[in-house]
Amino acid sequence: MAQGTDALVSLRGLTVDFDTGKRIVRALHGIDLEVRRGEALGLVGESGCGKSITWLAALGLLGGRARIGGEVRLGGRNLVSAPVTDLEKVRGRRIAMIFQDPSSSLNPVHRIGRQLGEALRLHRGLQGRAADAEARRLLDRVGIADAGRRLGDFPHELSGGMNQRVMIAMALAGQPDLLVADEPTTALDATIQAQILELLAEIRRDTGMALVLISHDLGVVSENTERVCVMYAGRIVEDAPIDTVFDSPAHPYTRGLLAALPELEGPRRALVPIAGVVPEPSNLPPGCSFAPRCDRRIPACEAATPPAIPLAVDHRVACIRP
Amino acid sequence: MTALLEVSDLSRAYEVRRGSWPFGKMATLHAVDGVSFELQAGRTLGLVGESGCGKTTTAKLVLGLVPVTGGEVRIDGESLPAAGTQPWRALRRRMQMVYQDPLGALDRRLSVGRQVMEPLAIHGLGGRLAEHREKAMAMMDAVGLAAHHFDRFPHELSGGQRQRIVLARALILDPQLLVCDEPISALDVSIQAQVVNLLLALQQRLGLAYLFISHDLRMIRQVSHEVAVMYLGRIVEQGDPDRLFAAPAHPYTQALVSAIPTHARQKRRRTVLPGEPPNPVDRPAGCAFHPRCRHAVARCRVETPQLRVLADGRRAACHLVEQIVASAA
Repeated sequence: MAQGTDALVSLRGLTVDFDTGKRIVRALHGIDLEVRRGEALGLVGESGCGKSITWLAALGLLGGRARIGGEVRLGGRNLVSAPVTDLEKVRGRRIAMIFQDPSSSLNPVHRIGRQLGEALRLHRGLQGRAADAEARRLLDRVGIADAGRRLGDFPHELSGGMNQRVMIAMALAGQPDLLVADEPTTALDATIQAQILELLAEIRRDTGMALVLISHDLGVVSENTERVCVMYAGRIVEDAPIDTVFDSPAHPYTRGLLAALPELEGPRRALVPIAGVVPEPSNLPPGCSFAPRCDRRIPACEAATPPAIPLAVDHRVACIRP
Repeated sequence: MTALLEVSDLSRAYEVRRGSWPFGKMATLHAVDGVSFELQAGRTLGLVGESGCGKTTTAKLVLGLVPVTGGEVRIDGESLPAAGTQPWRALRRRMQMVYQDPLGALDRRLSVGRQVMEPLAIHGLGGRLAEHREKAMAMMDAVGLAAHHFDRFPHELSGGQRQRIVLARALILDPQLLVCDEPISALDVSIQAQVVNLLLALQQRLGLAYLFISHDLRMIRQVSHEVAVMYLGRIVEQGDPDRLFAAPAHPYTQALVSAIPTHARQKRRRTVLPGEPPNPVDRPAGCAFHPRCRHAVARCRVETPQLRVLADGRRAACHLVEQIVASAA
């Protein structure tokens, strides 16, 4: 991938090892990834592929059992080696994150207004009336009607979709340059998902904020991002513009994912599943992790991990037989 | 020919308290309200809708796991006996259920083989243990599990393999009807396709009928011969899956189809529904969908539309459906 000067965040060789007490298991095997200013980037893959861990690690949110290696560059500094006080200035302020289940991300015993107020105090230093007014404006911004009254509600009084809107409002409180949305609509119904994705697109248009959308759903990513990274077993296997991924996917795993998905229109075709299962992180096969499930496998695939090969300026793939 | 499963005017209401005990007033929640459909042997009826629309309650009513408050379920023309009675137990052998979360549906302390054999003992099907074992092995083979899985435990297997155990256990009784409640929603994309293909192959081979419940419209289209779309306890549109999803007639189905993100639709404009589904306790009068419907007129607020047959054979419950279809064409 071209190393542009407009990179907002760049991850270089990011690794994560978990200490299970008995042994050390590597969950992330060197992620190279760049998020440009204002860009919408999708991160797709199946459960356990490391798509969430990548960003939890980048923001230092993984806890003491994780050992993080490599670099996370934001504005010339490396977050991996940065002290906690520096990280606290980044989290929520430069890079905000929202998660799949909004009701467990919100504190059930505090009113929405108090939680939003806390974010505004920490990130913007707003207090009292100014904070109240800003909280109301943010709720209004995320499409919650009657914002003044809603500030006095507890999370359980709101629906899942409304709680996700509150989470987005809290994320916006710090006016971040990048929002990392980890499966933000997976727990929501289809029509509510459409509303939330529309809201995120609208906010991006207004503020120029960059978005990393983590999802297992290629459809969600295709409609809402410009570029997508496909992850498998702790590595990025393909990185390409969204149309390229759908029209001419290069990695056999990306092709397999597309063939396994049914369509909503057109003739019905038999689904082609990917044989086998995702390997355990503690028990990866030698060489390419996808090799045992791949129909294009040759002996060389099992000999060494394939490096990322550029196929075009904005397209790279980690496969020796694309 | 009598249908294998015939459901007419099925209803289930719950008395619930609005607000907190003991201050709230009692109110009636209509989880399922006047649902009718038929399912022939060897066919699949897909039931779609968003959470709280009554899909799962419908499934439980069909099996008698929840008593009905109105309407009737008939199996091969015979009314479903009361749950817990001997005739019901005998009938349950022919109707099995598959749930969303296989780990929750399995006993973690029993080996795979024992769980697959257990229904034979529960239903008092004779034969020696060796015969049961042989039958279980054959069934495990049919769903794509290996012989060495027999002595393993559920936690040692993957999600897809666990759902295969659940299937083997349901199929060992040789049922005619399988009620599948979101059977693949908990699985990864690459594994979903494996399980769906298995379900289709088993249907071909064994002539099973499926009542297939899912919120995933694409999967529903893949497996179903007929689809019913539910909203707040009622069927709003029912018909051939290809036609229904290509050109939905009911405004709710239109919005639901339009909400599914697909790459093909990327450049197209979608209709985003305003608001959220109301609490089923406060179901709007008239057509329950009218507060979110952009076509709604005065009649929609007072008169509940009934499902009626349209020119192309599908059914829809909307007063204005002819105009809406005509304007969309």
